Amino acid sequence: MKRRVVVTGLGAITPLGNSVQETWAGVCASRSGIGPITKFNTAGFATRIAGELKNFDPLIFINKKEARRIDDFIIYALAAAHMAMADAALSVEEAFAERTGVMIGSAIGGLSTIHKCIEEVIQKGPNRISPFTVPAILANLAAGHVSIRFGAKGPIGCPVMACAAGTNGIGDAFRAIAHGYADVMIAGGVDAAISPLCIAGFNAMRAISVRNEHPEKASRPFDRQRDGFVIGEGCGIVILEELSFARRRGARVYGEVAGFGSTSDAFHMAAPPPGHAGAARCMKAALGDAGMTPAEIDYINAHGTSTPLNDEYEVQAIKTVFGEHAYRLAVSSTKSMTGHMLGAAGGVEAIFAVKALEDGIIPPTINLDNPGDGCDLDFVPHQARKRAVRAAMSNTFGFGGVNAVLIFKKFRD
Amino acid sequence: MTLEEKVITIIMEQLDVTREECNLEASFIDDLGADSLDLVELIMEMEENFGIEIADNELEKIRTIQNAIDFLRSKGIK
Repeated sequence: MKRRVVVTGLGAITPLGNSVQETWAGVCASRSGIGPITKFNTAGFATRIAGELKNFDPLIFINKKEARRIDDFIIYALAAAHMAMADAALSVEEAFAERTGVMIGSAIGGLSTIHKCIEEVIQKGPNRISPFTVPAILANLAAGHVSIRFGAKGPIGCPVMACAAGTNGIGDAFRAIAHGYADVMIAGGVDAAISPLCIAGFNAMRAISVRNEHPEKASRPFDRQRDGFVIGEGCGIVILEELSFARRRGARVYGEVAGFGSTSDAFHMAAPPPGHAGAARCMKAALGDAGMTPAEIDYINAHGTSTPLNDEYEVQAIKTVFGEHAYRLAVSSTKSMTGHMLGAAGGVEAIFAVKALEDGIIPPTINLDNPGDGCDLDFVPHQARKRAVRAAMSNTFGFGGVNAVLIFKKFRD
Repeated sequence: MTLEEKVITIIMEQLDVTREECNLEASFIDDLGADSLDLVELIMEMEENFGIEIADNELEKIRTIQNAIDFLRSKGIK
């Protein structure tokens, strides 16, 4: 018998703001968080735009010494986790510390630190490397530092699942509670990969937009003129609790985690198969896990990367799963505004799904001027829309052919 | 700047501690909150600043700020 799992806290930092409130207000106002890259000199790079955080001050969350010894992706996770815990009015007490876990996915880990340290090894030799190099790089150290900070001694993990990592983080945490391994989980995804290596690598794959002259127009999911995704950075963390645990402490409940699906394409390391059968199976798996019919879903926060292949195939997969209902539900890609935050995408987009339930507002797909071939669903173009949402699905897919889908529904006793 | 002032400036920056905490008898680990990795980094910073190399077996002798100053003086640093 599976236990019920509810969402009781939200925390995020994104290119649209340094809190859930700012970020949600940003997507509801159709604001783009994309601009020129300021983190490094982009001369010679085909892509010179990204969704960077704005005016983020790490010293609100950690001291100077800590800031120097950990990579940005760990700092982002500590910041978002701090806000999520405060939002849930939760502090881990000894009585349930061993029943409290952390599951924070990352696609890339400490790439900027890797880059910096390789340069140091080459320039100064092998004996001048900081002793904090290795623990700054490892992808699981976001979860590790969060667990240390809050005293969470239960299950811990870091799904390294490319662009689905955040969804896998929340999905795995959901399962940990549903199946009795934990009562509370701090879960989500993070990445801070706007670095020369990452931009050059994605450019080599022709995966990211080169619309440098109009950064705010560059991420245009489902549009005919889309030319690749725009890399973003950030972190999205949710607090999940077993229902009776949340009730006993009088927690506010945002919504319920209804189901989770995870599948593999077993097809190609980077490209989705035509029709995106793996994604379709994943949406079906999540519906099955939730015990829900397709007609109960009112909103899909799409993977919607703005790459030519993903968007067309994701639409096909949605039609495969939802049939005629595909034309009645709302589908939007918030990546049109945040950019693609890689491992953080699933964390932040889960928060958007939960906020859509709570506020009855569906965030838009901006820059959708002329829908591309086969892109004929209701993508909520340009403007957010008021619409009651009973249940929302969050899709994320990633390199390696990984697919992960979460469903959140309104909480009812 | 005297050697003492230079050393304390490096310690304040590396360990994120205040001038007041840096009395000469302060122990890096017990009083200034350093762990073994902080110490390695602190020593590297001193090596860089004073252009010397400190062997691992000499590290064990450097427990307090005064130890560090004495050690640097023994290497001829003024």
